[in-house]
Amino acid sequence: MEIFYFARIRENIGQSSETISLPEKAKDVNGLIEHLCDQGENYQIAFENDAALRVAVNQTYVNFDHPLQDSDEVAFFPPMTGG
Amino acid sequence: MKILVQDQDFDIATEIKELSRERTDIGAIVTFTGLVRDFHGENKVNQMTLEHFPGMAEKQLATICEEAFERWPLQGATVIHRYGPLAPGDQIVLVITLSAHRGAAFEAAEFIMDWLKTDAPFWKKEQTNGGDHWVDSKVSDEEKCKKWQK
Repeated sequence: MEIFYFARIRENIGQSSETISLPEKAKDVNGLIEHLCDQGENYQIAFENDAALRVAVNQTYVNFDHPLQDSDEVAFFPPMTGG
Repeated sequence: MKILVQDQDFDIATEIKELSRERTDIGAIVTFTGLVRDFHGENKVNQMTLEHFPGMAEKQLATICEEAFERWPLQGATVIHRYGPLAPGDQIVLVITLSAHRGAAFEAAEFIMDWLKTDAPFWKKEQTNGGDHWVDSKVSDEEKCKKWQK
């Protein structure tokens, strides 16, 4: 699975993307976040505030209970501030 | 419909000409240009950096524009959004809408901007006298977007 991070989330985590194998217990976005938070404090800081977190799967916005497969492309980022 | 996500600047007059060339059915052209301000609250903004999600940014802008075409009788539209380092006074975003009558062109331009603010994956980071910081999203922007929900 490819994961992309943008803006503050990218800075918190310290990289803009990574490839991981989706663990079997991670059935949805929430499960993936739990798995990532086990990887280090930088992930815990990035994901500590749900209200300031958005997620896209295969470039479509989804909720945290969206189911995941290992072939999905996931992106995490803060609420948008363009324009 | 023309959607561009680019680091270069844009020229409004050129974009308008491109849309309206050899057409005599257009009654109204509305343009909106967003610029980098040199202040944020009490801080002086020296520079701004715009980050974006390549691919998804273009896709979201296209979706927003398509929705505008469904809601209003538009004859054309252009949306250009820049990324990368920008200085105060620089242009960030351009929205142009064309219609036979001004009402549709005005409303569609506002709709595209309101939706773009909350739905297009761009993030602003300001370099100010008080340090560098990511710009927080505004509740007021989300409310402006909600008013267009059917």
